[in-house]
Amino acid sequence: MAESIWGKLGLRRASGVDKAGWGRTLGVAVVAFIYFLPVLFIIFTAFKPQGDALLVPPTLSPTSLFGLIPDHFVFTPTLENFGSVFSRSMTPGGAPEATGFDRYFFNSIFIASVSVLLALAIGTLAAFGFSRYPLKGNDTYLFIILTTRMLPAIVVIIPVILMFRVVGLSGSYFGIIMLYTAFNLAFTIWMMKSFFDELSPDVEDAARIDGSSGIRVFFKIALPQVIAGLAATFVFGLILTWNEFLFALLLSGPDTRTVPVAMNQAVSSGGRGTDWTLLAAIETLFLIPVFLVTFFLQDHLLRGVTFGTVKR
Amino acid sequence: MSTIELRKVTKRFGSFTAVRDVDLSVAAGEVVCLLGPSGCGKTTTLRVIAGLESVSGGEVVLAGRVMNNLPPEKRDIAMVFQFYALYPSASVGENIAFPLYHDGISAAARTARVNRVAAILHLEQVLDRLPSQISEGEKQRVAMARAIVRDPNCFLFDEPLSRLDVELRQTMRGQIKEVLQGLSKATVIVTHDQLEALTMADRIAIMRDGLIEQVGSPHEVFAKPANVFVASFIGTPQMNLLEADLKTFADGMADMTVAGNTLAITTDAAVEHLRPGKVTIGIRPRAFTATDAADRGTIAAQAELIEPMGAETLIHARTAMGGDIRVVVPRSQRVKIGEALNLRPDPRQTHVFDDAGRAVRS
Repeated sequence: MAESIWGKLGLRRASGVDKAGWGRTLGVAVVAFIYFLPVLFIIFTAFKPQGDALLVPPTLSPTSLFGLIPDHFVFTPTLENFGSVFSRSMTPGGAPEATGFDRYFFNSIFIASVSVLLALAIGTLAAFGFSRYPLKGNDTYLFIILTTRMLPAIVVIIPVILMFRVVGLSGSYFGIIMLYTAFNLAFTIWMMKSFFDELSPDVEDAARIDGSSGIRVFFKIALPQVIAGLAATFVFGLILTWNEFLFALLLSGPDTRTVPVAMNQAVSSGGRGTDWTLLAAIETLFLIPVFLVTFFLQDHLLRGVTFGTVKR
Repeated sequence: MSTIELRKVTKRFGSFTAVRDVDLSVAAGEVVCLLGPSGCGKTTTLRVIAGLESVSGGEVVLAGRVMNNLPPEKRDIAMVFQFYALYPSASVGENIAFPLYHDGISAAARTARVNRVAAILHLEQVLDRLPSQISEGEKQRVAMARAIVRDPNCFLFDEPLSRLDVELRQTMRGQIKEVLQGLSKATVIVTHDQLEALTMADRIAIMRDGLIEQVGSPHEVFAKPANVFVASFIGTPQMNLLEADLKTFADGMADMTVAGNTLAITTDAAVEHLRPGKVTIGIRPRAFTATDAADRGTIAAQAELIEPMGAETLIHARTAMGGDIRVVVPRSQRVKIGEALNLRPDPRQTHVFDDAGRAVRS
């Protein structure tokens, strides 16, 4: 059995799972609550009436919890802000107009999922190749692949914009998807290679001997063993892509705009200052898809992240 | 015909030669064990036969065809791996059925075949479980079932029993032997456990440093080791190898000095051709009789350490020159520490090796 990193650090428990006591559980709950607080604050703000957003002291709860919380900390929840995300009046006193946010949400989901899945498909094959059929100078190639992620986006943005101009990819789905795919590939290849490296080569040898070609070994034998890795890579890639702002700002057009870009424009346009409750409503909606994906893949995710440190 | 033939097979990894000019042929129905210490090239030899490693020189001939350049999936062989290499995400039944998907047989026939081998290896109860949910012994049987479910050219086993506990190992040894006897295929088993080799093999090939040192029946390699290495490797406790100075040889009797004693002993007639000088004599621990009186046929030694082994007792005795001799005596023979022993080697079980370590035999 490969000893886990915790074991090496001498932190492993003697045996079995020891349920934590109330004290420890409470401690963890407090820390978790502190981490979650900003998100919770945003979510609450999304439900506040517009005027409540900037109150000092802020209103903190949608309910008085049976009189536990003093009235001036309690706000009356409203769904108004969520309506405004998709349709609101753009000029003071004007008629409500469609904001196009349905489109932007679609764009974000479409662009992020296609590019992450594409990167996963290509990257997993590449990772298997790097792991099982090493080239001369294998590590050099892997290193070069990683260099694409070594610079901050802002540094490479100018050459990328120029390239997109020349080829005419600016503002197209194809362009932005290709770009995100390329960026996700580096991450995917490195992640998936480490998962494949952990597999027992004997199992694949056995499949070869039992009559499987290389491709079949990949799909039938290797791939099912790295499902957890696929899930983990998918979620991390999705979060990175979903939240990407800079490239989307400069390379997407009016039709291919993603939510982070649209969010920026929605709150800063109109010269009325920032509409915090609207922003919070967009953010809350924006949180839902990644939240759901991560939630449903969470079991795989945990196994993926701890892969190789557990007894095989 | 199910046969395996290796002709001058060599395998190099960079500048390291793992297998050197290995010649080996395995007939249909024959079980050959590759036996040797770790790193001797036995597993590499097996992987070369399987096609998992390419050869650097020589020919691999399976069922009469040169298969040097064929990938493993085209060689039609079955192999049992040391760590079983079961497909972790497939059930036991699917694991066993896996090799059948390439033979183009119907689903019904596949199920029938799986059920048949599952019955042979007592796996009916676990067919629906995952490999992670069955015991070590069951895993071993699943690996075995997966190998015999097809009708391959030959069988290869890589340390098949090394992961089992002692009791299970004995049972499985018998079971594997029984299954193989019914199949009449050429079989190669790699092992570092001589007991496994001696009990399961028709012939044993003993390897060291990529070379085959001797190929022979279990009886041959034990009774007539070709050289010092084989002599010391086969048999527990290890054969005593004593430096000796050969003086003369006449009328089938060799006169020599061993550990400060003069010893006159009947040896193989071929010793006649040896020039007097340094030789090594090999005597198994069970080939000594401890006698009361010293004479020209005995070696004097003093019991230093006594290890009871159940039915027998192992005595470590020290000679006048400080050498160590292992002697096995029946339990009934009581020996005390410090007791002087006169050890008479059985001439028929005494081997003479020349200065290059080769057995001198006619």
